[in-house]
Amino acid sequence: MTYTPSTLRLQREAARRQASRRSTTIALISTLGVGAGVVLVVTGAKGFQLVRQSFFSLHYAVHSFPSVLSGIWLNLRVMVVAEIFVLIFGLLLALARTSKSPVLYPARLFATVYTDIFRGLPLLLVLLLVGFGIPGLQISWIPNSAVLLGTVSLILTYSAYVAEVIRAGIEAVNPAQRMASRALGLSQAQTQRHVVLPQALRKVTPPLLNDLVSLQKDSGLISVLGAIDAIRAAGIETAQSFNFTPYLVAGAIFVALTIPLTRFTDWLTRKQDRARQQQGRW
Amino acid sequence: MLNSKKLSIFTAISAAAIATSLITPTANAALPNLPTLTAGVLTIGTDDPAYGPWFDSNTPANGKGFESAVAFAVAKQLGYPASKVKWVKASFNSVIQPGKKNFDFDINQISITEERKNVVDFSSGYYDVAQAVVSVKGSSIAKASKISDLSKVALGAQVGTTSLATINSIVKPSKKVSVYDSNDLATAALTAGQIKGLVVDLPTAFYIAATAKNAVLVGQFPAQAKSEQFGLVLSKGSALTSKVSAAVDALRANGTLKAIADKWLANVGGAPVFKK
Repeated sequence: MTYTPSTLRLQREAARRQASRRSTTIALISTLGVGAGVVLVVTGAKGFQLVRQSFFSLHYAVHSFPSVLSGIWLNLRVMVVAEIFVLIFGLLLALARTSKSPVLYPARLFATVYTDIFRGLPLLLVLLLVGFGIPGLQISWIPNSAVLLGTVSLILTYSAYVAEVIRAGIEAVNPAQRMASRALGLSQAQTQRHVVLPQALRKVTPPLLNDLVSLQKDSGLISVLGAIDAIRAAGIETAQSFNFTPYLVAGAIFVALTIPLTRFTDWLTRKQDRARQQQGRW
Repeated sequence: MLNSKKLSIFTAISAAAIATSLITPTANAALPNLPTLTAGVLTIGTDDPAYGPWFDSNTPANGKGFESAVAFAVAKQLGYPASKVKWVKASFNSVIQPGKKNFDFDINQISITEERKNVVDFSSGYYDVAQAVVSVKGSSIAKASKISDLSKVALGAQVGTTSLATINSIVKPSKKVSVYDSNDLATAALTAGQIKGLVVDLPTAFYIAATAKNAVLVGQFPAQAKSEQFGLVLSKGSALTSKVSAAVDALRANGTLKAIADKWLANVGGAPVFKK
């Protein structure tokens, strides 16, 4: 006997379909209305033609695209290298700060002082001090490259922030987990490696990805030491032509690079929430 | 009904008024009726910090320094005495942005180019620019005499300057050029050894060679076919452009510009010219 839905069910489904169609139409009308309102206000403004020529010029967008793109390549390289070292160094600092053993006290002290100082110093200051100050010491084995010293400054500053984020994750792991693993006979090191850290790092993945997105933008600050990143390349083009479109091109590329990261963060968070709800897995 | 007492008082007052207006100097009354931002006041913009030898002690209003002197001379030619000149800070980006400016004209070593004329108005040129190279004592290019010597080393320039364009078009270096926000940072990079040569306009080169540690002027680039000039910047379509331009032309014709250059750029003497 095949299943045929009852009239009541058919009526219910029809009503649901109608309701959803109505809400979609209203959403569409509302969006179009707001969009039209914004367009009218902007294009009706007195200076619109001038702004359009200065900020949205297709000619200068095309003209500046190659140099801005090669600038972005520098941003990406700096971001990738810096992020790897930031994660490693941040993890070490966080472990030093959360250790309870008395023999590691100097490490704990160093980590506390380090995070305080480098979260307090503005990144620009660190860049100038490291970028122009260290070559002044004339230590021969330190290469005098703006990109290298700039990346080192980024690593120094960002590991302080990341260390605090990871430390928060470690301390948020339920103490019962640690007690249980000790009861099972795991040593301190094994507890950290197999029980605490996996949970802690999974917890703080969204803030860490947030820091990565922020690092992608701050990688451009090494331009203060002379390296040509995307924003600087845009600035060079702008100064020649007195047209601001290259900055918009750089901005668009940055946003295009950020969107995959942010969508990835959302997907990861949703996956973890679902796993936690359905399977009780952490 | 005019009675004799009122009439005599009225006559006395009006006679006094006429007499006073004849005796009072006419300086106030002679202010030109130009469409400036603030009526009766000429607003001039420049960047902060304002470097030597163009300005002195970051105080444009003190009249010292080549550009400060030129600005006051132009103002006087237009009819504004020094007391009616107001200085405002105008960053480079605020000068080139479309829309209302916060000055009547801006003076800040900005070169006149055709491309830029699409966005702003320029007066006639008030200074012919030569580009020069600064290095540190003992560096590999400190005694360079040919442009080809310069193309092998790390060079630097300030962003937005025609110095940068000079490096790219005339020197064509094999190493990537370093670009800095300001000449301060570029000089810091020069003394830190991150760049071997810094390209700036000739007067600034003399100033850096005189003030920065171990800096030495290497030489200047030969004059190009189309000579580069600094110009005063005004809003596009400003009503003042023709008057300001005429003022600069008059100052050039009567020798004032040369006199100011001789006074403030006196030590900008002959720097050796690079050969190909």
